[in-house]
Parts: sequence; C-alpha cells; structure tokens
Amino acid sequence: MRRVVVTGMGVIAPNAHGLDDFEQALREGRSGIRFYEKLKNLGFVCQVGGIPGGVDELKRSYFAEEALLAMNSNMIFAGIAGIDCWRDAGFDLPDRVESPVDWDTAATIGTGIGGVDTLGDFVVPRVNEGKVKRLGSTTVEQTMSSSVSACLGGILGLGGQVTTNSSACTTGTEAIVNAFFQVREGRAKRVLAGGSEGCSHYIWAGFDAMRVLSRGYNEQPERASRPLSASAAGFVPASGAGILMVEDLESAQARGARIYAEIVGGHVNCGGQRGGGSITAPNPAGVVRCVRAALATAGVRPDEVDVINGHLTATMADPLEVANWSVALERAPGEFPLINSTKSLIGHALGAAGGIECVASVLQLSRGFVHGSINCEDLHTELQAYAASIPRETKEVQARILAKASFGFGDVNGCLIFKRWEPDASRRYH
Amino acid sequence: MTKTEAYEKVVKIITPFTKKTDALKTVGEETRILEDLGVNSARLVDIILAFEDEFGIAVDDEAADRVRTVGDAVNMILQKAGA
Repeated sequence: MRRVVVTGMGVIAPNAHGLDDFEQALREGRSGIRFYEKLKNLGFVCQVGGIPGGVDELKRSYFAEEALLAMNSNMIFAGIAGIDCWRDAGFDLPDRVESPVDWDTAATIGTGIGGVDTLGDFVVPRVNEGKVKRLGSTTVEQTMSSSVSACLGGILGLGGQVTTNSSACTTGTEAIVNAFFQVREGRAKRVLAGGSEGCSHYIWAGFDAMRVLSRGYNEQPERASRPLSASAAGFVPASGAGILMVEDLESAQARGARIYAEIVGGHVNCGGQRGGGSITAPNPAGVVRCVRAALATAGVRPDEVDVINGHLTATMADPLEVANWSVALERAPGEFPLINSTKSLIGHALGAAGGIECVASVLQLSRGFVHGSINCEDLHTELQAYAASIPRETKEVQARILAKASFGFGDVNGCLIFKRWEPDASRRYH
Repeated sequence: MTKTEAYEKVVKIITPFTKKTDALKTVGEETRILEDLGVNSARLVDIILAFEDEFGIAVDDEAADRVRTVGDAVNMILQKAGA
C-alpha cells in the first residue's frame, strides 16, 4: 500500500477565492450568503444563496475566449479551482495546444446536478421552439455529467483516468475517497479530486419546493445558514468548487512538493434506504459503519479524532448527525471532539460541498486552527450537552486527526480521515 | 456588400473560436480555418450559424462542408447573399 498525501488545493467558494483568502474567511467567520432579487421575483421561499463573487472578471484571467464559449458556471468553477490546485501543487499551466500529455495525473471531479443552467437557459427553450439547429455545437459538452472533469482534463492535458462521480451531496468527499484508494493501490501517481456545482435557480428550485431550504432569513442573509442551532430553518443553496491534489507520498517527496496533510483513511457506503433511511434521509447504521470503516482503513482509534468537519447543513438532521458521530466514535458529549460546520459560512454547495469542505479541513489541520460555526448561538436543545465541542469562535488548535464526512440523497455516506503532516513520521511505516 | 466587407466580417466572426491566436496576425483568404487557426472542428457549426445571422443567409450542410479556408467562407457568403 502506498501512502497518500495532499500536495495542492484550489477553492472558489461563496465567501472567498484562493487558499489564503479562504483561510482568512474561515478564521473571521465571514459569511458568503447574499440576497438575490431574481429568486424573489421568481417566487422562491428561500431568496438567499451562496455564489462566488467576481467570477465574470476572474474567468477572463483563467480561460481563453475560445474556451469560455463552451463553459457554464459549473465548468468555470471547476476550472478555476482545478487550475489553482494544479499551480499550488507546483506545476506550470501547460500550453493548450502544443504541450505533451501528462500520463501520470488523473482527475475525479464530481458534480451533483451538473449543467442545468445550460439546459434551462439555452437547450429547453430552443428545442421547444423547434430550433434544434440553433443549439450549435457546445451544449453536449456543457450538459454531459462529465463536463467538469473533461473541461479540466483538456486544460491541463491529463492522461490518467479523467472522470466525474455523482452521489448527491456526498459527491466531493466521495471523489477524494476514490482518489485516495486509487493512489493507495498504486493505480495513479496523482489525482486531482473534488467537487463542483454551478449556480442556477433551476438547481435550487426543486429544493425550494421540497421545503428544505432556509426560510425566514431573506432580510438577514448572513444569518440564514444556521447549522446546529435551535432556529435552523433549512439549508442555504450554494455553489463553487474545491479540489485537492491527492498524491503518492514517494512521488511528492521525489519532486520536493509541499505536503499539507496525509490522507490515512476513507470509506463510502450506503444505508440501503432501510432502518430509518430513505432516498432523502440517512440510515444511522450506515453512517456509523461508514465512519468506523474509514477509521479502520486509517488504523486510527476513535479516541484519536481531534476534530470533525461535519456535513451539518442546518436541517433537522443536524442533531441526528451529531448523535451518529457520538455512536460511531463511542464518545459521549463530555469526551466528544471539536465539531464545526463550514456550511454556516458558505451554505450548502451540494456536489461541491465535500470538495470545498475538504479544503477547509486540510487548511485547518495544516495551519493550526478550528474555525467557529456562526449562527448557532442558540444551540439546538438536543446539542446542549455538546456545547463545549462546538466552537462559535475560531480556536488555535494543533489537531492531529480530522474526520470529514458528507451525506447525501440516496442514503449515501462518505468519510475521510486526514492526519496532520509530520515530516519525521515519513520515515516510519504507518 | 463588397468582398472586403464580407472578408472582414468573416474574420471577426472566426476570431473568438481561434486557438492559435498568433495566426490571426497573418490571416488571409488562403488561411485554413481548422489547421492554421486551430479552430475545434465542432465549432464550424457555430461559425456557420453566425454567418447565417450576420449575412441573413441559409447555409445547407453540403455548402457548409465545402468551407475549408477563409476565402471559401467569403465566396460562399457572397454567392448566397447574391452580391
């Protein structure tokens, strides 16, 4: 088995772009949630959302005009985070036409819903008007599920497996779990892995109709995303991308790469939509098995977990999630690790959530802090006993082991175990 | 519409689809759209749609398939537009 490390990261989130800005946003509790007039005009109950800012200007410094002709918001977010990750890992951006193929690097870039803005704004109206010919050549590459990985693979000239996974809100974390095993088993030297989700009212509408989105905070957007709180009133839909360079330790050391953290374990499973689970709710037994299997893969004891970056969306499932963690780790409230919700700052970025939140997790581990969860000053009654484990303000913490999990529709679960990088530890067998 | 006017509009339409942007500095009637300008072959569909909009013409698939160079495009447009 190979050892697996993180050697680069890229993030474009509703509250920040780039690692340093994202770290600052996490540390200061900066919300990226804003009110959108369009959602109000369209009759959405939830009129707030998380959309990365300044992308219209930013994209022109990342992509050629020719490439932008066939890129929707999902592809642009994946492209920006992917290029940032690539450069952060120490690689130069290759020439788009003439450069050689990099046969050693793969990519698994997941997405939950995909190019619905292209379908809604462009394909459906023209087809319904009988103007199929007017679609031109670019709709397939923007609406195929693999648009995000295909786009990035072309920009970087990747020659390993280039694919897209999709498992609802587990997607980004699942991509990184898959990349972890791919590298661990020696099937790839490097994998760009994470998730992306475009910003489209067509994506968000179905969730609004399900009555699972935030209600009652349209006038106070920065307070709308309230995981862990008694007044949690649904999740805030969001968008963006987060991508990690998952690399073989030997490859990383041979090229002198900076190492952010080690990925020591991971697991994905499904609760079978039994035992209280359904297509929209988790079977607690599945969640517990997923966390325990990830720990077993890592050879990490439950009592060694210092920090949990939860899924924690601000629905009624938050107390259940914390209870599941408590069972999985066999740690009662008094001995429970620190737990936080990045979604309190950025909302729920769906297929991108796991990717962005894994960037947040690795940043916290490597830069020695645990960010506060905002908007949970009124902790949920079932979570009062865990109050000491839920930082409302950022803490300086040199954590060693961080567990990150995501859960999604379909009763699917994903969990990763990150370990603080200790250069001396590289000499002993793990 | 003069040939020069058509030529300038054709180059303007093709420009955003060009990957080998340096080749635009020496573009001429003999310039091959795919090989010399690095236009993705799938994008010829979009270029033809743009010609139809710009010049008010209808371009069938056979006529579109015969367009290889910038000059081919200009001549096809002038013929369809009846100039």
